[in-house]
Amino acid sequence: MCTYATVHADMDGSAKGPGSEWFHVTAATVYFDHPVHAMAEHTLNIDLADAAKGPNGRVALELRADSARALIKAIQDALDSVPEELRV
Amino acid sequence: MSEQLTARTIQITGANGDEIQAYLATPDETDEPGPRGAVLVIHHMPGYDRASKEIVRRFAELGYDAICPNLYWREAPGAAPDDAAAVARAQGGVPDERLLGDAAGAIAYLRALPTSNGKVGVIGYCSGGRQSVLVACNLDVDAAVDCYGAFVTGTPPEGSLRTNLVDQLPNLRAPLLGMFGKDDKYPSPEHVAELDDILTANGKPHDFHSYDDAGHAFFSVDRPSYRVAAANDGWAKIAAFYGEHLATTASTPTGA
Repeated sequence: MCTYATVHADMDGSAKGPGSEWFHVTAATVYFDHPVHAMAEHTLNIDLADAAKGPNGRVALELRADSARALIKAIQDALDSVPEELRV
Repeated sequence: MSEQLTARTIQITGANGDEIQAYLATPDETDEPGPRGAVLVIHHMPGYDRASKEIVRRFAELGYDAICPNLYWREAPGAAPDDAAAVARAQGGVPDERLLGDAAGAIAYLRALPTSNGKVGVIGYCSGGRQSVLVACNLDVDAAVDCYGAFVTGTPPEGSLRTNLVDQLPNLRAPLLGMFGKDDKYPSPEHVAELDDILTANGKPHDFHSYDDAGHAFFSVDRPSYRVAAANDGWAKIAAFYGEHLATTASTPTGA
């Protein structure tokens, strides 16, 4: 199915995208729906984008649900491992 | 059946008078001199992609003038289909009113072709399946095909720009062919049964087929959801359905 449900988050960071160039990431769009490339009927899709760069100014991820959950845990573990004096 | 065809990218006038891109495929005049019927193809949510254009060409091979508007042209003119779909999604998707305006423009373009017999069918896949039913409830078409459109019945997610079409179904103006997979969750067999019951209660002609061993998107040849048996039988039923409802008859108007 097309889920239609889409979650947005503001971002401030960088990504390496089209043409192997770094760009400023201002937004994340997250949704569970049909992938373009992954061999699955549905995946957790993340577009990290800078709207100012136009439609191809994005890094796209298509992750199986278990991979997406593993990524969430990895991110959380990495953040939790940060020494107290470096946390912001 | 047309062995030879022409396919090209054109501009049509869509909702609000906007010029949008569309993909047009037409049978060769020597194979199909016309007048002939036409088909509006509504692409799936992943966009105006290669697979959608292959479908347009297949309808030309079947003997119809066929068109697929790029529903994401405004958000991302000239972008790759997947990038355009991502931008459209980030901006909330295509509102129903705009879809109807773009569809009306495409239908007017088809009927203005010198080969037109005045008859136009609509078909849509996935989100386009719902939009095909939406078109058939609001615009003048002669036949409609819904390929596993979610939320014709059932409840869309909170915050969606879309509603289900239950309150519009009494206005359905054309016979509806429905293609569904029994393993699909949206639309589920229960959603399909509800749609069947509503159309029957309203005296609307419809013909539904639900396939075993098939879920959502079983016509998609480039996705793991592809099911060859269901897709082959589905294409045969679509060809027969349009053959019945889009054929030139003695009373069919010719030209624009």
